[in-house]
Order: sequence, then C-alpha cells, then structure tokens
Amino acid sequence: MKRLAPILLPLVGLLCLGSLVIGPADVGVADSLRALVAGGEGPLTLVMREIRLPRMILALAIGASLGLAGAAMQGYLRNPLAEPGLIGVSGAAALGAVISIQTGLAAGFALALPLAALAGAVMAVLLLLALAGPRGGALTLILAGIAISAMAGALTSLVLNLSPNPFAANEIVFWMMGSLADRSMSHVWLALPIMVVGWALLLPLARPLEALTLGEDAAASMGVNLTRVRWQVVLGTACVIGAGTAVAGAIGFVGLVVPHILRPLVGARPGPLLIASALGGAAMVLAADIAVRMILPGRDLKLGVLTALVGAPFFLHLVWRTGRQA
Amino acid sequence: MTLLSLRNLSVSLRGRPVLGGVSLDVGGGELVGLIGPNGAGKTSLMRAALGLIPAEGDSSLAAMPAAARARHAAWMPQSREIAWPVSVEALVTLGRMPHGQRGTVADRAAVDAAIARMGLEPFRHRTATRLSGGEQARALIARALAQDTPLLMADEPIAGLDPEHQIATLETFAALARDGHGVILSLHDLGLAARHCTRLILLAEGGVLADGPSREVLTDDLLARAFRIRAFHADTPDGPVFQPTRVIR
Repeated sequence: MKRLAPILLPLVGLLCLGSLVIGPADVGVADSLRALVAGGEGPLTLVMREIRLPRMILALAIGASLGLAGAAMQGYLRNPLAEPGLIGVSGAAALGAVISIQTGLAAGFALALPLAALAGAVMAVLLLLALAGPRGGALTLILAGIAISAMAGALTSLVLNLSPNPFAANEIVFWMMGSLADRSMSHVWLALPIMVVGWALLLPLARPLEALTLGEDAAASMGVNLTRVRWQVVLGTACVIGAGTAVAGAIGFVGLVVPHILRPLVGARPGPLLIASALGGAAMVLAADIAVRMILPGRDLKLGVLTALVGAPFFLHLVWRTGRQA
Repeated sequence: MTLLSLRNLSVSLRGRPVLGGVSLDVGGGELVGLIGPNGAGKTSLMRAALGLIPAEGDSSLAAMPAAARARHAAWMPQSREIAWPVSVEALVTLGRMPHGQRGTVADRAAVDAAIARMGLEPFRHRTATRLSGGEQARALIARALAQDTPLLMADEPIAGLDPEHQIATLETFAALARDGHGVILSLHDLGLAARHCTRLILLAEGGVLADGPSREVLTDDLLARAFRIRAFHADTPDGPVFQPTRVIR
C-alpha cells in the first residue's frame, strides 16, 4: 500500500479534475474551475455546482464504496469471486426503485426513487438478519444473499412483465443499467451520509480480515470476534451498496474486478487491500463516467454498461492468466 | 506454573455429548500429547478449552477476555488454511496481531526467531500458498510461535509431514516445553507421542481414560479398550520404541 498510494491518490485526484472539466458544455478548464470555486452569476456556475460537482462526488464515493465493499466481502469470505452484490442488497434496492417507477411514485418528487431503493435495501438487510441469524456462518450468509437476490430479481421481472405502458418499462430498463447523469446535490446529500457510515464500518476490518487469512478458528483464537466482523461486513456493505444503487442504479463488476487487480500489488494481504481497492474503485468509476461522456456524447451511454463491457473482458483475461499459472 | 486449568468440562456437538466431566491442569514445561481414537473428542476438548465452542464446566482459558487469551495461548487448527497468496514473512507476522501494533522491534525479533526456529529462512519471501504441504505446515507453526504465548495448542501438527519434519517439529515443541512453555498437541502417531511427550492424555469413552507418563498410558489393557489394538513396546538406549501391531477382533 505504501508503494501504491503515491500512484493511486494522484490518479484519483486527476480523474476528479477530469470529471469536473469534461462535459457537453464546451468550456475551458480554467473557466470551469473558476466558476466552481469563485461562483458568480451565469449558467457556468450552475453547470459546475449543480451538474458536474455532484456527478464527480457521486462517481468518487460510489467507486470507492464498490471497491471497498468488494475487498471486504472477498476478504471475509476468503473467496476472490465474492462481490458486494452477493448479499442481495443491490438487487433489493433495484426492486424498490423499479416499483417506484412503475407506480409513478418516482415522478412525484425528486428523491422518491432513491428513497424507495433505500427502503428496498433496508428490507433486504432485515431479511438477511432473519435468515442468516446472529450465529449463522459465511455459508448461510451467501445462501441467504443468493435467495434474496433471486427473489428481488424475480419480482423486478414481474413488475416489468406486468408493466402496462412501454415507457415505464423502458425507463426501468434504462435505470437498471446504472448512470450518474443528471444527478443533483440532493442525491449526494441523501447517499453520502449513509456511505460514510458504511465506510466507518468497513475500514476498521483491516486487522480482522488479515487474521481471517488463517481461517475462522485461528482468527477467533487471535482475539477476532467473528460475529461482530460478520455484521460489520454485512451492514457496511449494505450501507454503501444500498446508497450507491439508490442514486446510481446497478454498476457492475467494479467490486469484483478492482480488488482482484490490486491484490497482487499489496502482497495479497486483505488489510491493505481495503484502502487500495477503495482508491482503485474510485479511479475506475470516475474514469468510466468520463468515458461515457466522451465516447458517445449524444447517446447517453450508461455507466453500468461500460463498467461491465470493460470489466468482463478484463476479468476473463485474469482468469485466463491465473489458469495458465496454475 | 499452571497455564491451563479445566474443571468438569463437558462438550456437546449438535446435541450429542462428546466429552463429559474433563478436569485437568497443564503447566509450563509440559509437552502433553492428546491421544485417542477418531471421534474421541481431542479437537473438541482443545476448542472448548480455548472458548471457541460452547461448553459446560470451567476452562481458565475460555474465561479470559479474548484479547488476553490471544496473548496467553496460540492455537493451530488442523485445517491449515492459508486463504491468500501472502509471503511466508507476512503469514508469520500475523502471529503478532494480539500484541497490538505491528512493526515494533519486539515484533520483528519474534518473527525472525520463529522463522529461524522452523528453518524457514530460504522461504521467507516466497508465496506461502505455493509451498509444499510440509513447508506450509512449518510456516503455520512459525506463525503460532511468533504469537509468543506461554501456552501452545495444536491439532495434529505433524499430520502429512515427512519423517524428518515430524521429528524435527516435535523436537521444536519439546525445546519450547524445556524453555518453560506449556504445549498441548493432538497426535495420532502413538510411537512419536511416546518418544517425545512428557505426558499423554488418552481420550476415549467420552472422557479422560488415562493421564500420565507414556508407560502408564500406553498399556496393553488401555490400548485394547481405547483403540482395540495390540502393540509392541520396548525400552532401548535410544528411548522408548512403540509400534502398534494388530487389531483385536
């Protein structure tokens, strides 16, 4: 991590800057930043403060959240294929959002959709608490998560299936692809505090996750409280993923691929991987969100589509390389 | 000095009683071999003593707060899990976790000593998961040594090792006992147990069947009762030789 930070931190900083200065309004870098910092009358300040700044903050926070939660989930389950969506919270959040679009609730007021998505995420956590119980192991947790994901997926399909008008169905499908376009500061204020709670739960897991390298029994004998670690992982992931999905939809592959890429660079230690993955996730989502604005500026290419398009082949490459080494 | 004290400890797994009323003390300087047939409760006894599974009765170790317990007793489970391809040095360093912040002079000294003791210097920067099974087992023992606890407990630490490393590992544990540590090992190799342990505890029939020096525990009568085997034993100038010979039908 000591070697990685000098690379990742400036990279994230640079991408934040890029996210702020790239957009359809063709303005110079200096003018953009001046309008952002100094303010003043005119549309440019509005564009910078109400459109690009929230978009940058959300890309940064959601990317960091996905990377962090992915690393925590992989470390806890000791499985490189684990990802934050595994516990079913993102699927349930998507279901909440879809219901709000279908019922017309989403059109009622600006934050109706993210609030409905958060309600879905909370339902998933309560269900997870009931199913996996205070004493259940990692396997029970995964199975409960798969069950919740499947249930949420089925109900989402049902809503789409019964959708009376094609426009609502269209809106649902596009929302589920994940995007940061047209998000406002109110989205930031809704999601960010919940994400901060999630980060506060996940970041102190560095040492317990290190100990878990030796398995649950050895970790417990070294003073790790396994029950507490499990709930920290579940609730922390639920906070960051629930809030992220609520404001941006589903952004796939970041939580799976980023820890995987960075693992060899931190000596495979799950503790340092947490921060490295948070920075790496932020960089990936910021870069992808810049790319969707540059590749097809007029066509509203969805962020989730791009991360999956880039992430999946990269993952295939990693699998191929791992297979060749084995 | 007593390092572990069990009083009337009883363990049930999924409602089935495994051990009942175990009382024993283990002190510094002892190398205790926990022997008994499969399913006799060797692993359960150690895990219950450590407070890793619920049990009735008293264990001085389980009664300690988790952090203090981790500085008092190191535990090597049988599973030998190494989840990530970390370096041997990073793996051994994990043993320092109960001592707070890592990277102090004492931490580095303990890690170096543990690596040296297990003969792992050539592997120090190698990836632990790419080592052979025996080398991994030694790295995991080094991890427990780095924890620097008065008491060491290991579940079948020599299973799967070649004869050289079986003997070398038991000699390491014997040396630790001579240095004043208490060591408790579950073992299936009765010959090595007889040669290296200062005391054997025979678990069978849901409790402690015998507890004492090897010649008092590995008797024809107790072996027949616990293992249903006969064995050859002899005292040689090179120490006791013990070899199970046949099953009693």
